[in-house]
Amino acid sequence: MGNASVVIVSHSRQLAAGLVELAAQMAGPSVHLAAVGGIGDELGTSAPAIAEALRGCPVNSPILLFFDIGSAFMNCELALELVPENVRQRSTLVDAPLVEGCIEAAVAASLGQTDREVITAAQKARTMLKVAR
Amino acid sequence: MSFDLETFLSFIQMYAKRLEELQEVLNILDNRIGDGDHGTNMVRGFNFAVRQLHEQPPSDLGSACNTVAMALLAHVGGASGPLYGTVFMKLAGIFQQQTEVDKVTWIKAMEAAKAGIVQRGKAKFGDKTMLDVWEPAVAYLLGAHSGTQHETHSEIQSESQREEACEEWVQEVEVAVLATRDRIAKKGRAAYLGPRSQGTCDPGSVSSGLFFELLSYVYNGGGELIPWETRVL
Repeated sequence: MGNASVVIVSHSRQLAAGLVELAAQMAGPSVHLAAVGGIGDELGTSAPAIAEALRGCPVNSPILLFFDIGSAFMNCELALELVPENVRQRSTLVDAPLVEGCIEAAVAASLGQTDREVITAAQKARTMLKVAR
Repeated sequence: MSFDLETFLSFIQMYAKRLEELQEVLNILDNRIGDGDHGTNMVRGFNFAVRQLHEQPPSDLGSACNTVAMALLAHVGGASGPLYGTVFMKLAGIFQQQTEVDKVTWIKAMEAAKAGIVQRGKAKFGDKTMLDVWEPAVAYLLGAHSGTQHETHSEIQSESQREEACEEWVQEVEVAVLATRDRIAKKGRAAYLGPRSQGTCDPGSVSSGLFFELLSYVYNGGGELIPWETRVL
């Protein structure tokens, strides 16, 4: 199994692309990062577009799917129904904060951690303090 | 009864047309309790579906439903994209490779579509979502079917009996749509408003009511249309 891939789904194309840019800087080139966002020129998410991003991930890499708000989750679930079995089996929907979670995940993935470890790292972002108390 | 490809295609066309006429009404409702684009989204999605069906004429009901599903998934950004997309994916699953289905199959398809909405949206009846209309609409079909009317009877069911049954069904559907007005939203963007979501009909329930009304309309080859704008605003 190669390094875990990270697919970022946002209603905003710019938000998804910006987050990939940021996560890529932290993780380096060894992690496949994909941004999916917007529908045409508007805010929204699209299951076929998410499915395409999943299919575009390196073969044999575990895929971690991050999403923002509302119907993004529904479309992620639907996308998993649209992809072939071998892609679906490697994919996991991650319930974590989008920005900090994706960055944690990308870094953990770049260290060659397993998908379980990468998910745990992403979920730690929920309680991570950004300012020392 | 039988439901064929031609009936399905005129249903989609008619639905797209009525959505366009009611676009503002749906947007106004959604503006009060959501993000204001339900009408715009539905019109965009179904107009695209109509165009796709015209450009690549489907050979059977299953592929027609799949074309509509993919058009909605790719062109509707809000929750209605995956939800109505799922409806047509589930219909496609039951209708596959058939150009004409009987009443039993048609009801089974509607039931599968409803189950798909539950699975996708994870709402319960009473949450002020489209399920508040789908649940009683499908329950009526199942009740009417397992009750006094059997499939063998439907063959000899007179036209007036059929029209009467459809009329009663659409009336039930309308009542279900209007009942969402006083409910407090538990799902979707409207849920953020809590008790302030009361007093407005759920836009997804209105578009679902229209869905069933027009299924009945094309099946009967016409009839009176509900003036939704005066009922739901």
